[in-house]
Amino acid sequence: MSTVEKPDYWQKDLVQGRDLRELTTLNLGPTHPATHGIFQNVLTLDGEIILDTEQTIGYIHRAFEKLAERRPFYQIPTLTDRMNYCSSPINNMGWHMTVEKLLGIELPKRAEYMRVIVMELARIADHVICNTIIGQDAGATTPFLYVYQWRERIYEIYEEICGARLTTNMGRIGGWDRNFSDLVWQRIRAILKEMPAGLKEFEKMLVRNRIFMDRTIDCGPLSGERALAYGFTGPNLRACGVDYDVRVADPYSGYQDFNFIIPVGQNGDTYDRFMVREQEMWESLSIIQQAMDKLDKMSDKTSIRADVPEWVLPPKEEVYSAMEPLIWHFKIVMGETAVPVGEVYHCVEGGNGELGFYLVSDGGRTPFRLHFRRPCYIYYQAYPEMIKGGMLSDAILTMSSMNVIAGELDA
Amino acid sequence: MPGFVVKGERDQLVKDRMAAFGEKVTGITLEGDLICVHVKKDTLHDLLRTLRDELGFNFLTTCCGMHHPGETQEFGLVYHLHNMRAGHRIRVKCRTTANDLEFKTATDLWPTANWMERETWDFFGIKFQGHPNLKRILNMEDFPAFPLRKDYPLEDPTRQDKDDRFFGR
Repeated sequence: MSTVEKPDYWQKDLVQGRDLRELTTLNLGPTHPATHGIFQNVLTLDGEIILDTEQTIGYIHRAFEKLAERRPFYQIPTLTDRMNYCSSPINNMGWHMTVEKLLGIELPKRAEYMRVIVMELARIADHVICNTIIGQDAGATTPFLYVYQWRERIYEIYEEICGARLTTNMGRIGGWDRNFSDLVWQRIRAILKEMPAGLKEFEKMLVRNRIFMDRTIDCGPLSGERALAYGFTGPNLRACGVDYDVRVADPYSGYQDFNFIIPVGQNGDTYDRFMVREQEMWESLSIIQQAMDKLDKMSDKTSIRADVPEWVLPPKEEVYSAMEPLIWHFKIVMGETAVPVGEVYHCVEGGNGELGFYLVSDGGRTPFRLHFRRPCYIYYQAYPEMIKGGMLSDAILTMSSMNVIAGELDA
Repeated sequence: MPGFVVKGERDQLVKDRMAAFGEKVTGITLEGDLICVHVKKDTLHDLLRTLRDELGFNFLTTCCGMHHPGETQEFGLVYHLHNMRAGHRIRVKCRTTANDLEFKTATDLWPTANWMERETWDFFGIKFQGHPNLKRILNMEDFPAFPLRKDYPLEDPTRQDKDDRFFGR
């Protein structure tokens, strides 16, 4: 148990009723290795027990919502990259789908499944980071170093698809700019083949490890009811026992065609959050396998985008040799594409939960207003309640298991 | 509220219940696939409570501010609520004039509204009555403006070399 009940006489002078405790104020952050990002917690401690926390965030606030009001739609994916930078492709796809919803574009199945593959790879990369860092913060460095190679392998796939590794700017509104190369498919197949052994090895090190279990079970627990009241989504909510997943509740990008389970926890503690993410990685691998099988069965290997020349830059050789591609190229670069007036809310299951885009368009070349629902920002406010009464070292573990990403926190 | 019914019927349930608010609900529209309730400012809190307690919208997805310069009802709030059990979302909108920027807080209904409202205060200068800790959250404490208002310039206004006509809006 992490919560320690202290006898009353430690705190009160029984004769005069004064507070006899010597409280300490401690700054955890803004730049502390255990916060894995730049944000501050001012802790009030009684010995090693946390009494209260004051959170300060905004150290890397970049005003994406304001910037988005002055950028044409196709320039906004680069902003979404930098929110949850551990799973940028999900953010990119989420934005593309939001605009497609506004425009009423429907994608060919092939493009959708390619998106599903990339999004699930991103989810694995995100969960790998979070889970290995839980181990790292509990003092187990080995799993961190062992399993990080899978994230590296996934980044190599991103690199082959779009040229970038971290801030990917992948895909286009209306589908994909180009087909995956053979190397991409090879690398995905290699991951599907080799990663299960790696994941099993990782689980062998931590899942039934007595020290790790003692350290994480009952560490930073939250009930499902409180989690919903605090707006939790994603693995953190599912660890509390609520089976809400956007992929199932509001299927997008063809997720309804896949067969997968939503792992849920029971106690909402660090161990459950770890286990939910662990199981989700297995489910993601299975979804990727299913998507590959479906793609293999498709006779049509070329339709990777809807018929939307106004959103996807034409190949350079066509721009230099034909009239129509040249016109589209000019129009796209100048942001001169007509957009309907309307409002959409679209959400995807990001690495941390429901990543929502509320887009208001007044028909201009940029959004009139764009609001990002960043899951991190919303659930991080429950942190004081989760760590109150616990030990300082448990607070560190709770934070890493919540997977607070500074970029998503501050937008 | 019954569980899995088709979307049109769920929307109808909302419409029926909203009729009880009379003229306080100024309109119910369908924006894309989402039902949207427009409500007067003084009834907003009651309406949110009704949606939460009677119609099962017990999850607050987002709350954000809006600024429409040049209109009499210049500022606005937009809530997205979610009834997870029925898989039903709803949008609630409320508008107000520039000299009446104080809403009742929703933190008593959903603790998660805390930071959402702080963000709205930070960026739009919309106040929330009864909020436990209403101060700036992402910008620095002594920031002199409310930056998401449309009159706040994105570019450095002293720059001569950039012509806004060529950069987005």
